[in-house]
Amino acid sequence: MRRALAALLLLALPAAAPVGAEERRSGFADMTPATQAMQRDDAANPGMLWALEGEALWLAPVGRAAKACAACHGDAAASMRGVAARYPAMDDATGQAVDLAGRIALCQVRHQQADPAPRESQPALALAAYVGLQSRGLPITPAEDSRMATLRAAGEALYRERRGQLDLSCAQCHDDNAGRRLAGSVIPQGHPTGYPIYRLEWQAVGSLQRRLRGCMTGVRSEPYAYGAPEYIAIEAFLMGRAAGMAVETPAVRP
Amino acid sequence: MARVLLQVPATARKGEVIEIRVLIQHPMETGFRVGTVGEVLPRDIIRRFACTWDGEPVFSATLHPAIAANPYLAFTARAEATGTLAFTWSGDNGFAQTETRRVTVTG
Repeated sequence: MRRALAALLLLALPAAAPVGAEERRSGFADMTPATQAMQRDDAANPGMLWALEGEALWLAPVGRAAKACAACHGDAAASMRGVAARYPAMDDATGQAVDLAGRIALCQVRHQQADPAPRESQPALALAAYVGLQSRGLPITPAEDSRMATLRAAGEALYRERRGQLDLSCAQCHDDNAGRRLAGSVIPQGHPTGYPIYRLEWQAVGSLQRRLRGCMTGVRSEPYAYGAPEYIAIEAFLMGRAAGMAVETPAVRP
Repeated sequence: MARVLLQVPATARKGEVIEIRVLIQHPMETGFRVGTVGEVLPRDIIRRFACTWDGEPVFSATLHPAIAANPYLAFTARAEATGTLAFTWSGDNGFAQTETRRVTVTG
């Protein structure tokens, strides 16, 4: 009820100017100094526990091929540098766009002949966090691909589509009212710079899809299933919108 | 084995106060929450943490259900002699883990 009321109050306020490229800010900038310090310090950032687990998984031979990720890709610090910064990307074999977690799962099926861990499971998040960590500090560089442009347009349509019982689109909060407050929390601009993130509310690492799911249930719409193409489209649009911003994986968010 | 992040200086001067920071992966399930079908999730927490320097206790803590998952502790110890720091976490469901780090004391 309180959240609904807050949303209504927000709608009554005059709309702020849309977020321009020059005034983009990561959700990091809106956090308290204590939470920022937690993200800056690798010894205090719990997301690093997942990255550590991902490193062990990277080196472990699995599947019927009994191959580790490292058997093909070698040292992740070199081979995975910048990879997370350009996903989602097209998978040429299927002609479908995949996000980083989807790419890892495809790799596990094709090359390790293994059954990939389900989305949002700890091993899947750990590997994504470890691969993402190798791009930390690098600018987000979406793939230049006409098929991706189509996908980004589809993602933008979803981003601007009103949904749920509260009849709110993503853009109404994260473009029109970013920087204002929804109850006690600052509304971030919604740049997916640090996924998978360690979210204090979750007390665990989670993916962008889990975060999108949280927003969707927040406006009381029915979320898509994990791995749905709609999520990939929204992620592709958001990554295009955040192009040039630094990757923060694994980020900490309240 | 739970993943652990330990921040311990490898060397210290004699008499120096060193900061030690430990973070361990643990759900810290409170025992007060209910699951998706209304069943109470059984408590699963770390109850005790202790740090010893060559067997001599330097820090210990009792943990409670209100402490967040993946508990982080920071404390200090005075470096008197080269030795091995042992960190022990123990808790519900027979949880027990020990990690060690060697600190070389100079001067």
